Amino acid sequence: MASTSSTPLPVVPDDLQRIPLVRNQRSIGWISDRVASVTEGRPPLWWWVCFIPSLGCLGMLGFMLAYQITTGVGVWGNMKPVMWGWDIINFVWWIGIGHAGTLISAILFLLRQRWRTAVNRAAEAMTIFAVMCAGIYPALHVGRVWFDWWLFPIPNSNGPIWPQFRSPLMWDVFAVSTYFTVSVLFWYMGLIPDLAVMRDRAKTRLRQYLYGLFSLGWTGSNRHWSNYEKAYLILAGLSTPLVLSVHSIVSLDFSVSQLPGWHTTIFPPYFVAGAIYSGFGMVLTLLVPLRKLCHLEDIITMRHIDIMCKVTLATGCIVSYAYLMEFFIAWYSGSAMEQFHFMNRALGPYNWAWIPMMFCNMIVPQMFWFKKIRQNVFVVFIISILVNIGMWFERFVIIVVSLHRDFLPSSWGYFKPTWVDVCTYIGTFGLFFTCFLLFMRFLPMIAISEVKGVTPQADPHHPLGGAKNEEAVTGDEGDVEI
Amino acid sequence: MNGTPLKPYGVIAEFATAADIMHAAEKVRDAGFKKWDVFTPFPIHGMDRAMGLKNSKVGWFAFLGGVTGYTCGMLMIWWMNAVNYPIVVGGKPMFSPFSAFPPSYELTILFGAFGSLGGMLFLNRLPRLYHPLLKNRRFAQVTHDKFFLVIETADPKYAEQATIKMLEEAGSNHIEVVEE
Repeated sequence: MASTSSTPLPVVPDDLQRIPLVRNQRSIGWISDRVASVTEGRPPLWWWVCFIPSLGCLGMLGFMLAYQITTGVGVWGNMKPVMWGWDIINFVWWIGIGHAGTLISAILFLLRQRWRTAVNRAAEAMTIFAVMCAGIYPALHVGRVWFDWWLFPIPNSNGPIWPQFRSPLMWDVFAVSTYFTVSVLFWYMGLIPDLAVMRDRAKTRLRQYLYGLFSLGWTGSNRHWSNYEKAYLILAGLSTPLVLSVHSIVSLDFSVSQLPGWHTTIFPPYFVAGAIYSGFGMVLTLLVPLRKLCHLEDIITMRHIDIMCKVTLATGCIVSYAYLMEFFIAWYSGSAMEQFHFMNRALGPYNWAWIPMMFCNMIVPQMFWFKKIRQNVFVVFIISILVNIGMWFERFVIIVVSLHRDFLPSSWGYFKPTWVDVCTYIGTFGLFFTCFLLFMRFLPMIAISEVKGVTPQADPHHPLGGAKNEEAVTGDEGDVEI
Repeated sequence: MNGTPLKPYGVIAEFATAADIMHAAEKVRDAGFKKWDVFTPFPIHGMDRAMGLKNSKVGWFAFLGGVTGYTCGMLMIWWMNAVNYPIVVGGKPMFSPFSAFPPSYELTILFGAFGSLGGMLFLNRLPRLYHPLLKNRRFAQVTHDKFFLVIETADPKYAEQATIKMLEEAGSNHIEVVEE
């Protein structure tokens, strides 16, 4: 390593050069200017065009929830035998979407995927807002929301009465609330250095005060960075088993029961893969237009889109495998109930939900095998929406189709949603997009200091980082340099 | 200004590139300074070694948090479901480590996460809403694209002229003394 100063550096041929993460050799100052400018000045017209309908939908959500609370859970279409309807479908759907954010911020960090820096902040914000949308449903599904605190082990005067911890539903309470809290902590910690960037360029008194307050007096000290990076690594290490456990526990809500279609050991990995698949769908749905509208194409490059398409393809293949394996196991088990259930899934009264699920989750992602398609942002955008439609139908198939025909034909039924179900679901989009649009207006939607850290200028051993040519090869005093 | 001369906080030297500040840090480390620091817009890899810093202690806080979370979870579930309010469910034991594991596991992660964030803030003595460097106009560039090395007057080896000379030789393009 060190004593080879006389031999010249091997020259890497052009077609083997890695594509840089930030295009056009932008300076590190350009990165903060570009990202912060999204939050500065007046909001552009397109922002208002998105924000006002979102706010309207949020208002509708408020009305729907108030109507449900004051009237009762019967305003939803849930009716025996389908006692879990759109509420639980949407709960699982929203929480699954959140999983891509944690995958990007934690698992890809541990795997040293440096491209994640361009998308992790927005994806983590997406996680937090999606979990907020998800959390509404179980809280209201209980029917009497004013007793929601019974879900938590809070000392009470009802005699000694405590939650029943052998139930997976109780595990879910802990999994989802931990997931939300840890996601917020991770997101906020990543924001601290970037809030300091915003503080140092703030023009108005209010912005200086608020960004100054929330950046906690961050100075960029290397003694601080040292602890900060360790804490970030540990949070990533903790979030990795967390994200895998959350959707596993959500799947246990189903698979611990005896119901055909639910009682399956494949559920935990299958749910986690499906969650990441749908989450990447949502990340693409959000970032493909945003990179254009906010002029961030040099930071969120086509290479980023390409990699995310590949992750979608990989997880889509795992989901497809699970779909086929469920059919195989139903046949192989020899259980008449299982066999009937899967035939009913494909050919029964709800096969209108099974067909789009199979189409959107098995066939559509296969398009991502082709580079031409991964490079076409319009097609990527359409596919990303189809992915989320497919995943919604998957949850519909799992929940409604399993429940509507169980062991006894005398208790069979047919579930139909009500207008309150539909409007509540549309309303959660209002909540999600209102939060997301406010986030991108007031906070840096790209992790500024992390993106700076992956540029060549950040590397003291790179010529752009100021390394003299001979230093770049020789190194000094035992420093590990190449 | 209230008339009384302000105490100097330290000497602050600006550098243009990551390599420059790294070499300057190595020189300051080798000169034996103790109360000094490097300020950068992003963490520079190799800087901990160039400054002679030891491994961060945040891990201990996270570990303690995790152990607390797991222990509390297990004890809480045992006490609630087996001692204070036993309910028989399907003839299963009142307490089983298996069904108590998932919530305890989540609490391990929850408390571990609080431990690591809290530990980071504690070790960095944050939040700190006043810092002499944050008054300096030029220093505001530290979150943008400039690199700074600061030697505090509190350092036993600090001698204004000699320190400034050393930093000039290390390649700084702008040096000034910052007041408390």
